[in-house]
This record gives sequence, structure tokens and C-alpha cells, in this order.
Amino acid sequence: MFDAAHSEPGLVCRKIVKSYGSIEVLKSVDLTLRPGTVLGLIGENGAGKSTFNNIIAGVVAPSGGEMVLDGAPYAPQSPSDALARGVALIHQEIRLLPELSVAENLFLGRLPMRGGRVDRASMEEQSHAVLARLGMRIDPRRRVRGLSMARQQGIEIAKALLRDPRYIIFDEPTASLGEADAALIFEQIYRLREDGAGVIYVSHRLDEITTLADHVACFRDGNKVAEWHRMPVAKQDLINAMVGREFTFEHHAPQPSGDRIAMRVDGLGRDGAFGDISFTLRQGEILGFAGLVGAGRTDVVRAIAGADRADTGTIEVDGVKVHAVSPKAAIAAGIVMVPEDRKGLGLNLDRAAAANITLPWERTLQRFGMIRPSDVSEMGGAQRDRFDIRGRMGLPVGSMSGGNQQKVLLAKWLVREPKVFIVDEPTRGVDVGAKMAIYEIIRGLAASGIAVIVVSSELEEVLGLSHRVLVMSEGRQTGILDRKDATPESVMALAVGGKAVRPQLEPSA
Amino acid sequence: MSELNNNVDTARAAGTGLTMGAGRLFGVIRAVYGAIPGPLLGLILVCVVFSWLSPYFLTTRNFINIFSQVSEIGIMAAGAALVILIGGIDLSVGAVLAVSLMVNAWLYRDFGVPFVLSTLVGLGVGALVGFVNGILSTYGRIQPFVATLATMSACSGIALFVTNGGPVTGFPEWFTALATIRVAGIPLEMIILVSVYLAVAFWLNFRPTGRALYAIGGSEEVARLSGIDTQKVKILVYVIAGLLAALAGLILGARLDSAHPTAGAGDLLSVIAVVVIGGASLSGGSGGMFGTFIGLLIIGVLRNGMALLNVSPNLQPVVIGVAIIIAVMLDRRSQR
Repeated sequence: MFDAAHSEPGLVCRKIVKSYGSIEVLKSVDLTLRPGTVLGLIGENGAGKSTFNNIIAGVVAPSGGEMVLDGAPYAPQSPSDALARGVALIHQEIRLLPELSVAENLFLGRLPMRGGRVDRASMEEQSHAVLARLGMRIDPRRRVRGLSMARQQGIEIAKALLRDPRYIIFDEPTASLGEADAALIFEQIYRLREDGAGVIYVSHRLDEITTLADHVACFRDGNKVAEWHRMPVAKQDLINAMVGREFTFEHHAPQPSGDRIAMRVDGLGRDGAFGDISFTLRQGEILGFAGLVGAGRTDVVRAIAGADRADTGTIEVDGVKVHAVSPKAAIAAGIVMVPEDRKGLGLNLDRAAAANITLPWERTLQRFGMIRPSDVSEMGGAQRDRFDIRGRMGLPVGSMSGGNQQKVLLAKWLVREPKVFIVDEPTRGVDVGAKMAIYEIIRGLAASGIAVIVVSSELEEVLGLSHRVLVMSEGRQTGILDRKDATPESVMALAVGGKAVRPQLEPSA
Repeated sequence: MSELNNNVDTARAAGTGLTMGAGRLFGVIRAVYGAIPGPLLGLILVCVVFSWLSPYFLTTRNFINIFSQVSEIGIMAAGAALVILIGGIDLSVGAVLAVSLMVNAWLYRDFGVPFVLSTLVGLGVGALVGFVNGILSTYGRIQPFVATLATMSACSGIALFVTNGGPVTGFPEWFTALATIRVAGIPLEMIILVSVYLAVAFWLNFRPTGRALYAIGGSEEVARLSGIDTQKVKILVYVIAGLLAALAGLILGARLDSAHPTAGAGDLLSVIAVVVIGGASLSGGSGGMFGTFIGLLIIGVLRNGMALLNVSPNLQPVVIGVAIIIAVMLDRRSQR
């Protein structure tokens, strides 16, 4: 029974199998996490990363295999069991209760008691200490509602740290963060590693993996297909392992396909959110919106698409002034927006994919005053073929993979050819293969003469797709860069307003 | 008693004979069970039980009776199903029935307003209350539960106020005669009920605005960003609900030849029960007219069957309560 793995510290997983019915999502995975190291975990969506993490964190039980934690058998029955043994999972989705205070969220389920009452003083003191450890200045007594995503993610991390875990799993912690905000998360992870913790770090952003990890493992189809014990590793190698074939990042941005001005935005602003946004957009041009989280990029494009009101400024499409007072009015003017939150804003996950696609266009589908189910499925089928959506259009969208959901969302907005196509975070939470397909769709739209605005927190994505890049900082437009001038350094310099030396977690309000 | 024992014996004898094919029979039952929606299965079950317990149950006359007993609730439930589909709730339906009927009768009797005109005003009152419900719960940003609770209270007050609490009797004879009209043996109210369901079902499945209800119930923001004028659609739904409640009031008035200020007061819970038994979720986005109609028949059959069996009327709500729980549990099971 006793071999080397048992006596050495670390989390050792052997032949871990997980199956749901006849479907095997993990097929005999061996993996070892040593204290004081960061293990980067990569793989396309559906490769089995989340299942693996959930098994380690006690969320689901494995169907087979064994785990050894610091020399002792480890089979957590629940997440709290895993926590008690020093293993914490930080979820990708933020699960805080907005109406409770920061401190109450941190101590949820185990509020410190004193004399039959909640010991607020001690709770707030400990909260303050753990937040300070993360470099966050938040009043523990304030409510969570209204805090930025970056700060909420920080609170999630603080919550896990309060339990003094020795092994911490980060499941795409930066998925909703900009690059500068992500840097703060990295700093935390470095600190945890120095303190001797073992960290599993899951991310689709390969730059993060190459920067952070001491050791990288790649999953594909429920197997561990590659492992690197020595860094650095070429990014291309990681990509090849993930997709299982040669793949090249092709970042070329040809000239815009048209010369005519498609859209002119002048002095757009809303009190307390953003102001002085002015740009022109040619037909066939891709304009990237870059900036830190909280810079107001999404606010601007939502105002252009009629989702929120703007107080000042004008929008013209093809030389005609647009009163984008509602999404309906913007759509009528040829402006469509693919929103950033696929689940909450983009798709109705419980409804059929075909019905999601036809939703904005049902009035045009009418024949003799009625919409026939066959017309709905026909339009859905046509979009499935056009965008190579893998899945049955008659089934709920929620049953599809993230990449296919995103394609359904794009397809929904491309039933009729728009004049201006806005996409907010087009590739969040999708795997590399689907990402490339989505980039091709966006480039194809521009090539056909549609003006495109791409908002993205991934600098590489903005730089790789755009002809020009508009950079925002704290609600202001700080510059528009031509492709040849746009480098990660020049964009970041504008994104931090050219003044902050080290970007803060959030622009100070 | 002996007859019952005989039945059991024959059943047992049949049972032993069937053991051979039992596995296959079980498979067939499971296949049928999977194909039939939960509410319909419940209805069939309830009908089978009552037709076994009462010889009178399975007669044409009794079925027409069942429809007559539930026609007002049914028409109100069609509107309530739409409101629940968009994630709202309308507590004012019963009170709207009362106030629209009372205003109608009051104008006709006390002011000599021609009956056709007072009827139109009555329907208008229903639509107006629905409009107020819609405005309060959209632009007014008041939760529909609270908004319609307020209008329910106000409407029942007005229904009492106009005649100082007294009932109004003596509608025109041609109007009360409508309650007894039969087309090919089918009462007019049953025809109206079925027509309402067919019309609403058509709207819900084949018209852009009706189809938008599912999108709004699923996620209002997704619907709004898809270019649907969600506020307008929601107001329209409350107006339809108010109008249908007023229509239900007319049918009740014609049948009773009188208007009571407290009519419809006890119907609210039955209406919501019908929609829920029909498979709708109070969180919105699911449900439909077919399910609601089945829900209505389940309530109707349960009430009628228990009356036939002389079950105490005080016990009937208990059975309805149990039915709601079973329906919801069956529904959840079929979704898994």
C-alpha cells in the first residue's frame, strides 16, 4: 500500500473515472498536485476539467479511482468535507448574496457567535484582515450589491482563504475580468504559492497559463492527453494539445472592405456612466473596444443598441439620425447587439434553439397572419447550416455546449443583414475551436461590408480582430488607435488613463 | 358488499392469467405514461375512478353539467394563464368579475342605460382594471402581486359601493334566455368557453405578440433586447385578463338573472389552481392553453364527482389541495 506517493505531501489522484450512465466524462485520469506549485489545467469545453475539479472539491463523487491527500486517503463526501481537509474550490460563477454585507457573505453558514448573538466585531475584523491580505479596500459592513464583478470575485477568493486551505482550485477566475484586474488575481496566486499552497488554475487564456503555471496538464475528451513539468512551454504546443491538431493563431486584419461611413457617433454620454464618446465606423470595418473592467465599454455599446438610454450625443447610421430609445428602434435602424451575458441577456436557455433564433424576426415570419412552426424550424435549420451549429435546433439551447450556444446567439442576430453589428465579449467561456469559428464569422461579416464593433476584455482578441481600437478609461474615450499603432503596451497605457503606474483592482470612484 | 368482493376476486383471477404478459404490459403502460402529459394523465385517472364509483358520472348530461359549472372559472383561468405565463399574477380576477357585472347592472337598473351599452361599459371596466394592473406592474414598478392585491381590494369595494351592498336582479329576458340556449344540444356558455380557449391558444402559438409571452416569461431582458416591446405586451396581457373576467361575469349574470357584489369572490384560488394543475409554473415561461383546459376539467370533474358521491362540500377544497400537489409533482417528474 505504501509507496512514494503516499509519503510525499501533495494531492495525488489515481485513475479517476466519472461516468453518468453510459457516458464517461473522465476516463482514468492520473494527476498530482504538489504544495507550493501552480498546476495549469487546460482543455476545450467538455474536456472534463470541471468534473475533475468537482471531484477533488467533493461536489461530485468519482465513479472510480482513488485520491491521496498528504499521505492519507482522501474521499470527500461534500464540499464542506473537502474544506475541512483543506481543499477549496473557487467557482467561476460568483455566488454571493447581494443583500447581505461583505462580512456576512464571507462568514455565511458559520457566523461567529458570542453570548447567543452574532459577534459582528470579530467578524468584521477578520473580514478586514482577509480582504487586506488580498489588497482589497472594501468596507466589510457594506452590502455586496453594487460592487463590481472584479471585487465580487475578490470576495469569493477571500471567502475561500478564510478556511486556510492548502489546496485551492481556481476555475476560470478571470473569465469576467479585464487584464489589469486579472493581474491582481495573479498576485494573489503567487502569494498563495509562496505560502506553500498547491493551486490548480483553470483558464482558457493561455497567456495566463504560461505566465502562472509551474506545471501544465491538458485534458481532452475525458483524458489527460499531455503534461508539461518544465516551463516555459510554447503557446502553440498548448493549443495543439487542446484541439488535437495543428492550429495557428491567425491574426491578420485586412483593410476594411468598404469606404463609406456606416455609423457616426458624436458626443454620446450618460451622467455618471460615460461621456464624450465620438467615433466613425466605415462599412466593413471592425472597431475594437478595449479597456479595463468598469471602463464603461459595455455601457456605451448598450446605449448605441438602445438597451439603455443616453443623455447626450447623436448616433447616425448611413447618414440618418437614429433615436435609439429602445432595442426595437435600434434594430429597426439596422443596429444589432449580441450582449455579453449569454445566459441572462442573450438566450432563453429553456426554449428551443430555433425559437431563440426567430424571436426578433417573428413579425417578418408571418404568413396569412400566422407563424407556422415549420417556418420557425426552417429558419432555425438555415442558420444551423450557415453557422455550423452542432446540435438539434428543436431542443432547448441550454442542452448545447457553450461554443454552440454562442453560435446560436450570433445566428439569432444575423438572420437579417444588419448595418452595424455589435458583439460584447464574443468568446467568453467558449473553447479554442469555437473561438476560431466565431472569429471567422466576425471577419466574414466585415468582409461582406457590415460595420462591426467588438468589445472584449481579452487584449489579444481585440488586437487580432480590429482594424482600429477605441480605448476607454473610467467612462472616457482616451484614444483611437490604428491597427499598426495598437500594441498591448499602447492600449494598456490608454486603458489606465496614462497615469496609474500599477492598475488598481477597480478605478477609484 | 358481496358484489365488491366478487369484483376483487375476478380481478385476482384475471391478474394470475396476465402474469405471463405482465412484463410486456408494464412496458406498454410505461410508454403510454411517457407520451401523455401529466395533467391529461391525471384527468383520465380521475375520470376512471369516478365512472367506477358513480353510474351517473359517464353520461352526456353530466358532462355538460361539468362544463356549465366551470365556465366562469374557465374563462378567468384563460386570462390568468397568460398573466402567469409572463411571470406575473392577477389576484383581482374575481373582484373584476364582480365590479364589471355590478356596474353593468347598476347602470341598467338605476339609470335606464340600454342594456347593450351598459354591458359594453361593464366589459370596459374589466379592461380598464386590467390596464391599471398592467401600468402599475410595468411603468409603476410595483410587483404584480401587490398591484393586483390593491386593485382587488378597490374593485370589491366599488362593487359593494354602487348599490350599497345590495344585489341587482331583473336583467332583460333575452339576456337571461342566452343562458339556456343550446346549439346542437351544447349550451352557449360551453361554446363560448371553448371558443375563448381556441382563440387564446391560436394567439399564443401563431401570432408574434402571443408567442412573445413565452420569451418574456423565460427572461424579460432577453425579450426586450430582442426588440420586443415588453411593457406594451405585459399591459396587453393584463387587459386581456380583465376583459375575460368581465366576460365571465356576464355569463354568471345571465345564468343567475342577478348581480351580486360578492360574486366571484371565492373564485380566485380556483382560477390559480386550474392554471397550476394545468402545468404552468408561477415563475413564468411555461404552460399553455391545452394544459390549462385540462386543469379546468380536472377541477370540474373533481367537484362534480364529489357532489355525485355526496362528499361534504367542506371537504372538497381539501381534495382540490391534494390535487394541486399531485399535479405539480407529476409535472416535475415528467420534466426530469
